[in-house]
Amino acid sequence: MNLYTYASPANFYVLAGKLVPWFAWGTGIFTVWGLYIAFFLAPTDFQQSEAYRIIFIHVPAAWMSMFIYLVMAFWGAIGLAFNTRLSFMMARALAPTGAIFTFIALWTGAWWGKPMWGAWWVWDARLTSELILLFLYVGIIALWAAIDDIKRGDRAGSLLTLIGAINVPIIYFSVKWWNTLHQGASVSLTKAPSMAATMLQGMLVLAIAAWLYTITVALIRVRRIILERERQTEWVKALLEKET
Amino acid sequence: MEWASWSEFWNMGGYGFYVWGSYGVTAACIAVEVYLLKRAAGDTRRRLKRMQQWEEQ
Repeated sequence: MNLYTYASPANFYVLAGKLVPWFAWGTGIFTVWGLYIAFFLAPTDFQQSEAYRIIFIHVPAAWMSMFIYLVMAFWGAIGLAFNTRLSFMMARALAPTGAIFTFIALWTGAWWGKPMWGAWWVWDARLTSELILLFLYVGIIALWAAIDDIKRGDRAGSLLTLIGAINVPIIYFSVKWWNTLHQGASVSLTKAPSMAATMLQGMLVLAIAAWLYTITVALIRVRRIILERERQTEWVKALLEKET
Repeated sequence: MEWASWSEFWNMGGYGFYVWGSYGVTAACIAVEVYLLKRAAGDTRRRLKRMQQWEEQ
């Protein structure tokens, strides 16, 4: 089997349709498992009592908000470099979910900040750069929506995505580069995590759940985009006829 | 973590408002996204089929 087979929208449409139920089931299982750890296995925090349990959605959502953006930028770059249709479709399919995770990261951060810092919001480097990320997502989605010509829209949106990618390292390193109210990274690649093992485990399981969820909804969305764009082709016509 | 009762669970050590405010809105966001996705999938199919029928006439 040639891997490039699936770069063709017609083949990918079928493959994505087969994958969706698997990822959807995976999302469900990991979410239940992760929430069970978060609420029934993870101990009470000695400093923050039960309020810290917000971490189990806050951190995975914040990771996803940045990671989805990088994946979008990756697909945008591939699309711009090789003019592959499917890459642009993938970028478009990911954007709404990225925006939602950014909103969730900001929202849960505010609801964690209020009891711990005494403020819903502060204009600190981490919070502000994450807010800019939300504006980038919204701006990119709006730009795509505003340009009727699909090819021009794809290129313009991907270019904006790539330029905005500079914001991701700024978010990630903001807690190191500036004095901020936001705590430093509890989990990093270079040192041992500074939290209880069960807490870390719950966070990682829910991060995997967030990944699987993102893949599920992105695949569903990309299938719809494929149908829209390929509606003049024989295979889409045959597909729709078969259903009626 | 063992909770003595359900009311203690919902209370979250006095932080129930903030914990459930976070989890609730997250669940709502995901529910809305899934709902919109399902609705959009149906809309697209219906619209494409209609367009196809016009072309055939």
